[in-house]
Order: sequence, then C-alpha cells, then structure tokens
Amino acid sequence: MLLIPCPWCGPRDEAEFHYGGQAHVPYPEDPAALSDAEWARYLFFRDNPKGPFAERWSHAAGCRRWFNAVRDTATNEVLAVYRMGESRPETVEPRPVTSQPASAVSARPGVGPLGVFEDEAHQAEGGPGAEGAEPLQGGTGGGGGAEPFRTPTGGRIDRDAPLAFTFDGIAYRGRRGDTLASALLANGVIQAATSIRFGRPRGIFSAGVEEPNAVVQIEEPFPEPMLPATTVELYDGLVASSLPGQGRLATEPDPARYDAVHAHCDLLVVGAGPAGLAAAAAAAHTGARVILADDQPEPGGSLLGTGEHLDWVLATRARLEAAPEVRVLRRTTVFGHYDDNHLLAVEHRTNHLGADAPANVSRERVWRIRARRVVLATGAHERSLAFGDNDRPGVMLASSARTYLHRYAVLPGRHAVVFTTNDSAYAAALDLAAAGVDIAAIVDTRPEPGEWAERARSAGIEVLAGHAVTGTEGGARLTAVTVAPYGESAGEGQSTGQREFAVDLLLVSGGWNPVAHLFSQSGGKLRHDDVLGTFVPDSGRQAVEVAGSANGAFGLAAVLAQGAAAGARAVEAEGYTAGTPALPAVAAQPYTPPTQVFTIPTGTGAPRFVDLQRDVTVDDLARATGAGLRSVEHTKRYTTAGTGGDQGRTAGVLASGVVAELLGVDISALGLPTFRPPYTPVSFAALAGRDRGALSDPVRTTALHEWHVGHGALFENVGQWKRPWYYPQDGEDMETAVLRECRAAREGVAFMDASTLGKIDVQGPDAALFLDLLYTNMMSTLKVGMIRYGVMCRLDGMVFDDGTVIRLARDRFLVTTTTGNAAAVLDWMEEWLQTEWPELQVHCTSVTEQWATVALVGPRSRAVLGSIAPQLAVSNEDFPFMAWRDTTVAGLDARVCRISFSGELAYEINVSPWDALALWEALYEAGSPYGITPYGTETMHVLRAEKGYPIVGQDTDGTVTPQDLGMGWAVSKKKPDFIGKRSYGRPDTVRPDRKHLVGLLPEDPAVFLPEGTHLVADGELPAPPVPMLGHVTSSYRSAALGRTFALALIKGGRDRIGDRLFAPVGDRLVPVTVASPVLYDPEGARRDG
Amino acid sequence: MADTALTARQRSPLADAAHRLAAATRSSRGAIRLAELPFLAQVNVRLDAKGPAADAVGLALGLQLPLEPNTVVHAGDVTAVWLGPDEWLVVGRRGTERDLESRIRSAAADEPVSVTDVSAQRTTLLVAGPRARDLLAHGCALDLHPRAFGPGRCAQTTLARTQVVLVARDEPRAGFWVLVRSSFAGYLADWLLDAAVEYR
Repeated sequence: MLLIPCPWCGPRDEAEFHYGGQAHVPYPEDPAALSDAEWARYLFFRDNPKGPFAERWSHAAGCRRWFNAVRDTATNEVLAVYRMGESRPETVEPRPVTSQPASAVSARPGVGPLGVFEDEAHQAEGGPGAEGAEPLQGGTGGGGGAEPFRTPTGGRIDRDAPLAFTFDGIAYRGRRGDTLASALLANGVIQAATSIRFGRPRGIFSAGVEEPNAVVQIEEPFPEPMLPATTVELYDGLVASSLPGQGRLATEPDPARYDAVHAHCDLLVVGAGPAGLAAAAAAAHTGARVILADDQPEPGGSLLGTGEHLDWVLATRARLEAAPEVRVLRRTTVFGHYDDNHLLAVEHRTNHLGADAPANVSRERVWRIRARRVVLATGAHERSLAFGDNDRPGVMLASSARTYLHRYAVLPGRHAVVFTTNDSAYAAALDLAAAGVDIAAIVDTRPEPGEWAERARSAGIEVLAGHAVTGTEGGARLTAVTVAPYGESAGEGQSTGQREFAVDLLLVSGGWNPVAHLFSQSGGKLRHDDVLGTFVPDSGRQAVEVAGSANGAFGLAAVLAQGAAAGARAVEAEGYTAGTPALPAVAAQPYTPPTQVFTIPTGTGAPRFVDLQRDVTVDDLARATGAGLRSVEHTKRYTTAGTGGDQGRTAGVLASGVVAELLGVDISALGLPTFRPPYTPVSFAALAGRDRGALSDPVRTTALHEWHVGHGALFENVGQWKRPWYYPQDGEDMETAVLRECRAAREGVAFMDASTLGKIDVQGPDAALFLDLLYTNMMSTLKVGMIRYGVMCRLDGMVFDDGTVIRLARDRFLVTTTTGNAAAVLDWMEEWLQTEWPELQVHCTSVTEQWATVALVGPRSRAVLGSIAPQLAVSNEDFPFMAWRDTTVAGLDARVCRISFSGELAYEINVSPWDALALWEALYEAGSPYGITPYGTETMHVLRAEKGYPIVGQDTDGTVTPQDLGMGWAVSKKKPDFIGKRSYGRPDTVRPDRKHLVGLLPEDPAVFLPEGTHLVADGELPAPPVPMLGHVTSSYRSAALGRTFALALIKGGRDRIGDRLFAPVGDRLVPVTVASPVLYDPEGARRDG
Repeated sequence: MADTALTARQRSPLADAAHRLAAATRSSRGAIRLAELPFLAQVNVRLDAKGPAADAVGLALGLQLPLEPNTVVHAGDVTAVWLGPDEWLVVGRRGTERDLESRIRSAAADEPVSVTDVSAQRTTLLVAGPRARDLLAHGCALDLHPRAFGPGRCAQTTLARTQVVLVARDEPRAGFWVLVRSSFAGYLADWLLDAAVEYR
C-alpha cells in the first residue's frame, strides 16, 4: 500500500486516492478548430514513459482535491506532489539506495552460527539425560501417556500441565509449551506424513516454520489443513492426522471470528531473537513508538532453542513490557513487506487455546502496520544436504534437535550421527551427548574442522573429517547411515573407507540461510557471500535495516551488537535519543570457515531430495537443466521445487546450489527465485477478517428500508444500494407481482421509493455556465421553478449519465444522477472544476441522502397528492409537467417535482429522510381509496421501457451516443462547446451503421427474449462467422401491451423499423419485428393525466 | 416550519440500532461508548479562505473558520470542521440549520459563498471510552495516537468500507465523532457492534 502525500492532508493510504491519468494535458481551447486526427490524439493518446511521470490524482476519500504527482513508473515511488496550478518541480530525486551494514562474519570471522553456547555451564541447562529410555522400535511410537523421550528435567514446558491429544487415532499426552511436533517426539513418534509424489514416509525435520515434512491436518476442534506440526501449539483435546502431502478443506463454515487492526509505529522490529530483542531494548523507553513482533509464544528466538542467556531474555522482556509506547506482539508472523514500510502480520490469538478459545475474541488478527523504520531480525534457517535417501524419518536439522532438547525437553532419538559442513552442528552434538544421546560420529565434509572437532573428541565423540553421509537405511524410521570419505580424501573407489552406523537419528547441517524474505519483498537486493556460502541482504530503498543472522552475522556477540545498533539508529533517525541496552557477556568462540556443499555423490542411485515437501530430487533438477532451462525461476516452475507451503525455506538455496552445479556456474551468478508474500501461509478467513457475510460489502439503505422489509419486498442490488425489486403478495411469483404493480401504475396509482437517485447541489454565479459545459443540452435557459432532462457524455461523445436538472435559483441547481453513478458524476464535476475550469465560481455538494424521494405515479396520483397537499394547486395549468414546487405534503416540508419516468401523470415528492416514513405512510393512507400499490425497480423498468426511456448502464455500455439512443434532440446545436461535442464530428460517430436503440416485438407475443440475445438477418444461420446485427438490452412482459417486448441496439436500427429479424434463443431462431422504442402511448397523452 | 408533533415523528438513520448500541456500551463495562447523536444541524460552506467572506462568516458564527487542514474549531454549540481548502462543515444543535445557513449567507453578503444544508446527509456516531481508539483502529488506517490525532483534529477518511468524517473531540475522554453518510450508517453501526464484541 503506497503512502501518497496529499498536498493538503499529508500522507494517506493509496486506497483513498483515485488516479486521473497524465497531468498537463489541457482541454484544447477550441476543439472545433482541431482536425479529427488532432482531436483523436487528445482523446486517446497519452505518454507511457519508464521513470518519472507527472500525473493527476484525486484525494477521493479525503478532501476531494485534485493534485499532480510525479511518480516513478518503474519503482512506484511518488517523487513529488504539487497543487493544481503549480508547475512541475524541476528536479526530483528518488529515495537513496542504502546498503545493509556489512555482516560481522565477512568482516571479522567470529564464531559458529547464531546461538553458540557461551560456556559449559549453559550447556547443562538442557538437563541430564533420559536414562533408562527404551530403544526405538519404529517411527510411530506407541501411544499412551509415558512420554518416553521426555528428559526428566529442563525445557520450557509446563510439566504440571499435561495435555491429552490424538494423532492418527492414537491418544497421547504432552505438556503445555509443547508443539504438536515436540509432543509427538516426546512420545517417540517421528513419522508425521507421507510424501506427495512417492508416498515415502517422512518425519519431523525441523523445529519451526521451515518444516517441509510434518504438515498435518487438524481435525478438531475445527478442521484445518496443512499446518506444520512444528508450529501448532499443543492444547488439550487436539485431534490431528498425518497427510499424504496435501490436506482437505473444511466442508463446514468456519465459526470463528477473524479481524484486522491498523497500527503505526516509529520502529517495527520483526523477530524477538537476540538481535530483535536487542534492537527493541535500544529503542524502548526513548519515547519512540515501537512494535516488536515474533511468531513464537514467548520472545527469545534461537536462545530458546540453545538454552543460553535466558535470564537476559526474561529481563529484556520485562523491560519491554513495562515500557510505554512499546507493543510486543507474540504469536505474530509478519508475512508481507510492502511499499512505504507497510507490513502485514497475522497474530494467532486463540488457536493455542483449542476448545477453550473465547467466542468473542478473534481467532486470528491481521495487523496492518505502517512503520517509519523497520529492523528485520528474522534470523536464519539451517539447510539440508542432498545425499542418498536423505528424507527418511529420523533425518533432522541439527539445530532443531538442539531446540527439541533445550526448549521442549525432548530427545529426538537415542543414537545419532551428525553430518555437517560447518561449526554449528558441533554444539548440537555436544549438548545432545551431554543429555544422553549416543553420538556415534560427527561427519564433517571439511578436511580440517579445527577447534570444534577437538572439543568433540575431548567429549569422547568420534569426528570423521573429510567425510560425508552417502546413504541411509530404514523404513518408518532411520536404522542406519552410510559414511564415506568426501572430496580430496575420497580416493579412487567409492567403497574405500566406507562405514555404516546403526542409528535412529541423523542430524544434518548444510549451512545457514538468512531469512531475507521480508527484506526481499521490501525491494531489497541480495548478494552472495562467498565466505558464508549463502545469500545475504545487500541494498534497498526503504527505511529498513537487517540485523543479526538475517544479515549474515553468525556469532552471538555480533548478532546482539548489530541488533542494538540497528534499534538505536532507527529511533535516532526519528529524532529520539537511544539508550544503551544491557547485553549479555558472550565469550568468543572458535571459528573454522564452512565448506559450501550441496550434493553428495551417490553410488546406489538412491534419490537425493532437494525439496522434501514437493518431492523434488537432484535428478528432477537435472532433467530441468537437461531440457535447457538456465534460470532458477524456470527450474522452479518446471520441477515445482520451492513452491510448497514451506516456500522452499530449507530447499531454496539448496535448489539453486544444485542447479549451479548442474550448469557448472557459480551460485552467485544464478541467484535465488523471487520471494513473494506471504512468508507463511495465511488463511483466507484471516485475510477476509470482518469483511464477510453481511459485512462483506457495505449495504446502503434508504430511510424507508424497514417499511419495505416489513411489507415483503424482495430487493435488488443497485451498486451498494438495496432497492425494493417487487412486493410479492401471497403466492405471487415475480411475473404476476410485476404485472399487478404495472397495472396499478397505468390504471390507478402506485408509489415507489426513489431516494437512491444521486443528488448534487450546484451553486455559484457560474453554475449555469458550468452545466452548459457538462450537459449536451442547454441548461442556462432553464427557468427558475422548472426542470429539464439532461444527458452527460464523456469526451468521446458516449453517454455517461442522465438525469434531471432543477433550477432552484438563478445561481443554484439541483442535479440528479442515476443511482449507481452518483459518486462518479460528482467526481467528474470536481475534476473539470478543479483541473480545467478553476476560474468558474461554482461549488458542487452531494445531497443524495439529504432528501428522500417518493415517486407517485398513475392517473389517480393527482387526486392522492391533492388530498394531502392542500396548499398545492395541482391542476395541470397551475402545476405543469417539468415544474417543481416547494410546499407542504402531509404537513411536512416538501419539494414536489412533476417528472415522469413512466409516461403516466406522476410526481416526485422530496422530503427530509427524517420525515420519509411519515410521508410514505400518509401517501399509503391517502391512496388506499384508489388502491395505491407500492412498486419496485422491476416495475419501474417495465414502465420506462414501454415508453422507450433508456437506462444508462443497461441500454448503454460506453459505446452509445445520445443520437444512437434517438435523443439527438437533447444535443444542443447552439452551444459553442460542451464535453463530447467535438466527438460528434468524428467519422466514427456519424457512421450510418451505428447501433440504434429500437423496440423489438417477437412475432409470437408470448415469446420472451433473454437480455443479451443476439439478432441476425436471416431465418437460417449461415456458416460462421455469422454477421451480428446487435443485441437485446432490455426485455419484459408488458401488462399494458398484453405481450412481451424488448429494447435492442441494432445496426442502422431506425432504418429497419418494420423489418423482420431473427433472434437465436437456444436452438431456435425466433422471428421478431423491429419497432419504434416507444411502444406505449406514443402521443404522450397520458402524461398530464 | 415543522411543529413539535411532527418533529416527534422524525426518525434518525440509526433509530433502529439505538438499543443495540446501548447494549454494547453496557456490556463493555466502560470500555466503549457507542451512541448516535441524531439530527445535528450540519451546513456545508464553500468560500474563498483568503477572501473577506471568511472573516465575515467567522464573525457571524463566533469562531475563526479553521485554515489548517484537518482541524476543527469550536465556539459554544457550533463546530467548524475543515473539509478542504475552501470547504467547511459547520455543525450545530438540532434544528439550527436554517439559522446557521441564513447567518452565513447574510454575513457573506455579496461575496460568492455556497451554503448547503446537509443535516440529513450524514448522521453522527459517538465513539468514546478508553478503548475507542482501539475500536476505530480495526477499520481506520489513520494513526489515531494522541500525538498524531489529538483533540481538535479531524479527517475525512475510510472507516471499515465506508467514508467518514472523523473528529477527535475536545478532550481525549470525550472520544470521537464519526460522521457517516446516512445510507451507510446501518452498515457502519453493524460493523462497530461486531468490532465491539471483543470488549464485552
């Protein structure tokens, strides 16, 4: 959502504005002097440059002022705005491109990935090992309540809050604070899905939002498909089931509430890990308005998973919660980063409460956040490696296993091999070993893994440097992994030095991917960092800074420092004085650079999966490159890699790496596929929020709406208005009801609510002159007290709207518009007044709802009106057609107009809408001796069509001139100019074969022509293409004519009156006769009663 | 013209919603106050802000027409709301619209001024209480923080899916006026009541 600065009101959301096309294209001074080509150039041609472009905008939902803006058409950036009459600023500079601060590792190689523990003491926080646990039997656990893989102490779960849940029909027990995934693992369940293409068993692979495998169906309390089990907070009574790669939509309506809220801040910090907390802490208590959003139930981010510095997390959290102007949004995923720092987030408010969720609180809330500055502290995701059979349940990201231990007190297995290309997996191995997991070996692709390997060996763990995992065994769960020398140490034969380990867990770390999704969505560019072996944020135009591991900083000290600095810079840029937040002391850690590895050769032909969710393998990508695809955007679409619900969070960089290897190019040259919102799937219900059901679109009602409802009216939607369509009496169908209503209007008296007509008050010394320019006919000659019908056209001469013009005073008119066009007509008037004719002293004000209007129609209408308007002389001589009178009707101040849209004697009575019901009921009472009948829009349409009165938008479609409608009489020949006049000289508008509005009478008076029916010349269809003569625009059954009839636009129609044409209806060709559009009372004898 | 008996028969756009607005106010236990302020006099005034009519009209109304965009000026029962650089909405007590209109017209004398009675064009909703800003923030994209939209501020903007004139009243506790087109009032009341469900 762009923020457009209105020169009067300041920055507002683009949704408040209307676009008005190229600026500085003035209306020609003398259109008549232009050649057809020059006029066509003015009408139809506009510039379309790439770059800065001057254009007109209207603050339509605000102050209604037109202004000019210079917008860069390539970036959408609004470079300048200026008021009408001001000249375009000479030079306008785009927002500068800013670079992200260099990542700490590139500049100063520090330590392992985010969250390496500080010292041995922290390592112990995971608690002692799970002694005496049974060895694993399979991937699906046993059920019951034992939680055999729960460590006896530690973790952030509430051991006193047991929760019962069911997965695939088996009852289990977990704890408050668990995710569904951690609770399953605690119960020994690791297989949570089968894969979408090959039906292979798949296990819990991660501990977070990046999960590609364990995507489950929630069955109760409300069905919801495709949720990663790693993101579902456990609640009592949860029922879930595994999925074969895709879920099922609920068949019942979702009973929960959803809503949205707008929020504004000086600084939005996305992510409450160490960098985000430090950033928020630096900005808190400064006076700046800060929002900190994080997807987890508690702040801490990766520290929750490593168990480090939790005291600092707790203290910082308390400090933030106590700060004025700081809002901490938990369980809130920022999923979209749009123009002008407009970010969307979804807050999961009651999902975690299960059946206990209060009914009056929205289940999910969309936050629409407008931030002056943004710090993205979104962390990093560990990525996998492509080796043979790398998808078995029991293969897990190394850091995720560490998270299960420290955060959830769960051991994801008993016997593990750790496979890594970098330092970070060593911490996981050491922590898990300390917790009692048997680490059979650490397999490191690096020939010299350095200090971390020494630490592991000291802890009694075998380290296989220069080795790789080449394959796995197992079914429902991993049983063994094969390890072989890798790279230069691989030697000649694959089998040399090959070893097999019997394990139930394989922890993998192929490196880290900064979570750059939001930065990329904001317009930021990424670059490949050769040291880190991944893509990191580079430069952008928005006020965004990326901090921490999202920025490629992979040492905790650097992460914290970057966060604090980013937070401080942001608030200082907004004019606040930043504080220095307390940060924990972090010891320096040894560091050995990672190797960049994507694929491990396999000798067995076993599949090597790149995208687990989409079941895409290295071989699939090889087929794509073999087919000639050279871009990751193309291989993505060819193989679907990266298109799953996880959006390739673990697979994206891996897929690019594999394609780069296949093509023999550097990954930095290849790049990544584009990141698009949403970052995580968002339900349509959340996006719809409150805008569904009765509130999905505003319903406009008149002051008489309740009366119509109470009298059984059925309603027609006209724009947003609800208009009575017809009022069926007992047992009547629509046809019968409409015939009855029509008969009442033609033979007795009937009335309808016409309040929805648009009304505009036009005031000022130049009002008459203005209306002369606007309408095709002459308005300045209208006398005060009289009314004139008028047609309004666009510059191209096509009918735009019609209505009546009432002259209230010498310099004041009341203009009516069609119901659906009221706002468009007012906008049209303002556009001309403000942009072309500012010298005219005229003001236009909408008064649509200032008046309620009742049409009183029929030969007895005069008698009814006369009986309740004693001061009004109602005779035809005293109150002629197209006159208006201010008087009192039923004791109410009223303006009565003698206007007819039916050809009958008729009045339109206008009163305050506050008095509308009183008027309506008085008319109903006064008319009852004459059988007064309320009628709706359908009857109105029949009555007007019988008289050949067109309805703009039904009988016209933007290609129809007044002359086409047979209303050349309404086009002034005297006025020197008016909008559209010059176009009536264009060759196109004087073609003899233009379509004319005519009447159609089916030869069989009972045959009804559906609206839209085509018309052809011959009774037998020639071979296609069949020449079409036109189409039916309106079609009705007429009580007055005793037959069906239609209006149609037909080529040269007025010259065909009396001709026989054919209308294909179904498989029949219905013969019809072309007639004058005025089929009823062509002499107009009924108008005066 | 209308006598008392007739005035008593007048129905405001939200007459049917009154009891629901009151019920939501009660059940919020002080968090939210919702009510229609029906039948306020509203007069739209267009004149040249730099011309002599601006001062003359201000004098007649006993206030200076606000020239700063998106601000209001009060004097007694009369409030002048900035709608545009040459446009104001003058709001007064029920039944004063004709008096306001004639005062403005006679003050302007021969200066060009457009005055239009729009009392029934919009109705006024009072949204007050400690959670009023939170309630409006569900559907209003403007920054309603007291720093940005304090007493004396007004804006024409969008609330839910309808256009409104939003006025921050004199003191923060007094809440907001939400002026909404009468035909949209039922929709907006339904929307506010739905949004207020959370504050039960």
